[in-house]
Amino acid sequence: MNLSLIDYGTGNLFSVRRALEVCGANIKVIHHPSEAKNSDRLVVPGVGAFGSCITELHRLHFNEAIAEHIATGRPFLGICVGMQMLMTTSYEFGQHSGLNLIPGIVTEIPNRTDAGEVRKRPHIGWTSLSESQPWTKTMLSQTTKDDRFYFVHSFSVIPDNPAHILATTDYDGYEIVAAVKRDNILGTQFHPEKSGPAGLTILKQFLSL
Amino acid sequence: MRDVRVIARLDIKSPNLIKGIRLEGLRKLGDPQPFVESYYAQGIDEICYMDIVASLYDRNSLEDLLRKTAENIFVPLTVGGGIRTVENAATLLQSGADKVAINTAAIRNPDLIRQISERFGSQCMVLSIEAKSTTLGKWTAFTDNGREHTNRDVIEWVQEAVELGVGEILLTSVDQEGTQKGFDLELCRAVTNVVEVPVILSGGLGSLDDAKVAVSHGKADAIAVAHALHYNKFTVAQLKNAVKGAQSESAA
Repeated sequence: MNLSLIDYGTGNLFSVRRALEVCGANIKVIHHPSEAKNSDRLVVPGVGAFGSCITELHRLHFNEAIAEHIATGRPFLGICVGMQMLMTTSYEFGQHSGLNLIPGIVTEIPNRTDAGEVRKRPHIGWTSLSESQPWTKTMLSQTTKDDRFYFVHSFSVIPDNPAHILATTDYDGYEIVAAVKRDNILGTQFHPEKSGPAGLTILKQFLSL
Repeated sequence: MRDVRVIARLDIKSPNLIKGIRLEGLRKLGDPQPFVESYYAQGIDEICYMDIVASLYDRNSLEDLLRKTAENIFVPLTVGGGIRTVENAATLLQSGADKVAINTAAIRNPDLIRQISERFGSQCMVLSIEAKSTTLGKWTAFTDNGREHTNRDVIEWVQEAVELGVGEILLTSVDQEGTQKGFDLELCRAVTNVVEVPVILSGGLGSLDDAKVAVSHGKADAIAVAHALHYNKFTVAQLKNAVKGAQSESAA
């Protein structure tokens, strides 16, 4: 299992690399799009602001490598901002175009609940997932309703097509899209590499798809 | 339901885990690695390393410790102590840290908060506060493990810092730290009343009831526990159940 992990200069790849390694992948951290060719799996992590992440991804021409990989039918995983970049448009500090691989938007989590109480941002913490469509044969096939995952974000995705939502989580009464799936294009808002054994289980399933 | 985290706080005097009272009177507990491995196996939500000496020539061993931890511990890691520049933060983040906690340098140069949150995102930028009660309902920010007075009012300072881009606050009561006499709940309430970012309450947990009231009365988003974990007074599961119980009570 050859897995390419895209390094486009934003944040630390240490944990993602190590977590995937523990799950049995043969990891190549890549700095150039040509290195992505013939990978069994492609993973894009992402930490920080959407605008700077997508700018760097384009500047280094990784957008083309991602599209090529997806066209082969092999699984792709975007984590956190790596998943948000799959959308059409992000409204984080202005307006930015995403990769448009899953039509939809990235918007700020509302900072008030329906009752008018404060909903803190960033959303930081561990929550469980709800099934939006059957998880069998997906990367969540071994995930249970009691498993908890680590989230840290202020923005979240809203896919145009509800069929692209794999799982959601509740944050003070606001439904957050926690995982997306469009054929072989996968994404998680939470950090599987920071979610203990339950997170590693998801990465293992991603490798065995 | 609000999700309250239980964080293991490890004060480090390189290369050892140490524990003091009111951030002083340091007692050596040895290699931190077996401690964090045990907390991870028990299901801890986060690990927080605080380098309490933060001398420049010891930095390499802190980076080594982070790397070693991140090899096999797959929960968020926060590191604090002696971070003065964006480059210091970058080095620690590259060594496996997810967040940096900053006190002294942020007070001396508040713009550092803006620089770090712009470069790495505000979710990386934890403001560390060492608060000492002065008059009733007032707290002053201290630095250098509670030794240096800053003249900064804690409530004013946290608001200013959040404006600059702080994503989370690690709130340590110097008065309560290591005493096992309970958290400073009034301090926590006063801070959570004025900011809309998560607050981690640290310093003073001695009983499971302290964990409960940190949530129900202090309105903490997370608790940081040192002594009670390092001396096996409570398990991670006991602490997690205590904060969970408090949440269902306050929701009822």
